[in-house]
Amino acid sequence: MRAFRYHRPRDIAEAVAVVAAEPDATYLGGGTNLVDLMKLGVARPGLLVDVTRLPLDTIGTLPDGGLRIGATVRNSDLAADLTVRRDFPMLARALLAGASGQLRNMATVGGNLLQRTRCLYFQDVTKPCNKREPGAGCAAREGQHRDLAILGTSDACVATHPSDLAVALAALDAVVEVQEPAGPRDIPLAELLRLPGDEPDRETTMVRGGLVTAVRVPPLPYARVSTYRKARDRASFAFAAGSVAAAVGLDDGTVRDVRLAFGAVAHRPWRAYVAEDALRGQPATPESFGRAADAELAAAQPLRDNGFKVPLVRNLTVATLTDLVDSHRRAAAWVP
Amino acid sequence: MTDVAAGAAAARGGLPDRDLRSRVAVRVNDDVRQLDLDNRTTLLDALREQVGLTGTKKGCDHGQCGACTVLLDGRRVQSCLVLAVTLDGAEVVTVEDLAPAGDLHPLQSRFLERDAYQCGYCTPGQLCSATGMLAEARRGWPSAVTTDLVADRTALTDAEIRERMSGNLCRCAAYPNIVAAIRDVAAAGGAA
Ligand SMILES: Cc1cc2nc3c(=O)[nH]c(=O)nc-3n(C[C@H](O)[C@H](O)[C@H](O)COP(=O)(O)OP(=O)(O)OC[C@H]3O[C@@H](n4cnc5c(N)ncnc54)[C@H](O)[C@@H]3O)c2cc1C
Ligand code: SF4
Ligand code: FES
Ligand code: FES
Repeated sequence: MRAFRYHRPRDIAEAVAVVAAEPDATYLGGGTNLVDLMKLGVARPGLLVDVTRLPLDTIGTLPDGGLRIGATVRNSDLAADLTVRRDFPMLARALLAGASGQLRNMATVGGNLLQRTRCLYFQDVTKPCNKREPGAGCAAREGQHRDLAILGTSDACVATHPSDLAVALAALDAVVEVQEPAGPRDIPLAELLRLPGDEPDRETTMVRGGLVTAVRVPPLPYARVSTYRKARDRASFAFAAGSVAAAVGLDDGTVRDVRLAFGAVAHRPWRAYVAEDALRGQPATPESFGRAADAELAAAQPLRDNGFKVPLVRNLTVATLTDLVDSHRRAAAWVP
Repeated sequence: MTDVAAGAAAARGGLPDRDLRSRVAVRVNDDVRQLDLDNRTTLLDALREQVGLTGTKKGCDHGQCGACTVLLDGRRVQSCLVLAVTLDGAEVVTVEDLAPAGDLHPLQSRFLERDAYQCGYCTPGQLCSATGMLAEARRGWPSAVTTDLVADRTALTDAEIRERMSGNLCRCAAYPNIVAAIRDVAAAGGAA
């Protein structure tokens, strides 16, 4: 590991000024991704600016019923929050499906969103990787890519974003509050993380030195019945092979509105807008859900070994939405 | 600066050594330790190599096995991913201090009685993790297998214990007995 200096900033402004001024400075959250990548030689910062003691560790309710989550709130504390569990169960479920108890106790919300891909070649400095070293080539395309992307890929990179939390936040239309050297800015989560295109090394739309300070989740009453479902190679403590965050609002048996996002299929959480559009006004049946998933996944371009993700995500979508419809029915039938 | 020191500083990008080291005060078990560290030192290496507490084990060194689990400010974490330089003023409890000297923590007793290990390498991490996990359950935290997310308290069934302990691997696969030992302690009220 490269030797580095360590700095604990007094406030947000100082943190941003220090990182913006030093090309090889980077923020340290819980360290569960960054420290690992430093050990692997993938990340080589010369200065760590520790944000975990900045006053960004609270969860607040907004007047409109939404949530404002500080960037240094630990994943476990967010999953344990009663409002999150009651009003946004998909958020709690996504968090609880991620990593392990120990890791969730360390991982911050900001770090979770900005964690790097788990692509094997990105993590191995002896292998060519356009994300780590622009122009070097992509070893995954012909190599091991079973876990990698099927949607929104480019010739340069087929990596996935590994976060579970980000998938639920994408479905909920979350907005990320960032502090940049020029001042504060709101960025919709869907626009914070980029698709790889020709520049897979550029992962976010923040300017250098940008600090995530909070995430806002707007109210969504029907998300009280929502969930996150994750398929993986073992029952627990594994990254997703595919996942779905979903909420559905019903009028009798018809889909009034729906939120759907896929995980582990793209370079960022994949909000399934095509499927959502196809579902509004349709009967809330497994057949409609399947057709909508097919419409979304028509754009998939699987590689040699990850074609299984297409039916996997389709089936997850149908099963998850069907379960949610059942939950609504049970809730409607329930007389206190 | 000697030539050697100057050469070493150049290799570090010209930075003087003092910026690359830090002094932190960390309470480890009962003692406040003044640590003088290379900033790269993890809590795991600091515990084992500087404090001399070798109960905490290094399995993978990448957050994947849980062998290095300790309690940091009362919460279970993996010490291999925590940089010690971040811990000024923090409080760490390791497996050596789960129970007063000469005593066993209820989890340790039940691990013995239930034969919840073979080689024992993962055991300190399992014990610290289970201690943190039981505290989380007492606070009403749900898990990925909890059906009712808003329940005040979730019973620690075997499925709950397995899910909540999934961050601790056991290469000897003593899992059934680990689950049984933890179940005993949970049933007896969780042990503080
Ligand atoms: C074994 C293992 C299994 C895992 N399994 C899962 C899983 O199943 N699902 C899942 O979702 N995740 C999983 N993770 C990943 C884990 O969730 C992330 O490592 C964690 O969320 C990162 O948060 P952190 O605070 O530790 O980030 P750090 O490691 O501190 O930082 C990550 C990145 O974000 C930057 N950063 C941090 N905070 C900010 C900020 N406020 N503003 C701007 N930049 C910032 C850092 O500079 C760094 O580049 C796993 C990790 C491990 C090691
Ligand atoms: S998929 Fe992306 S991250 Fe993986 S090797 Fe190719 S360029 Fe690198
Ligand atoms: S040694 Fe820390 S998790 Fe394996
Ligand atoms: S007892 Fe050997 S690794 Fe668990």
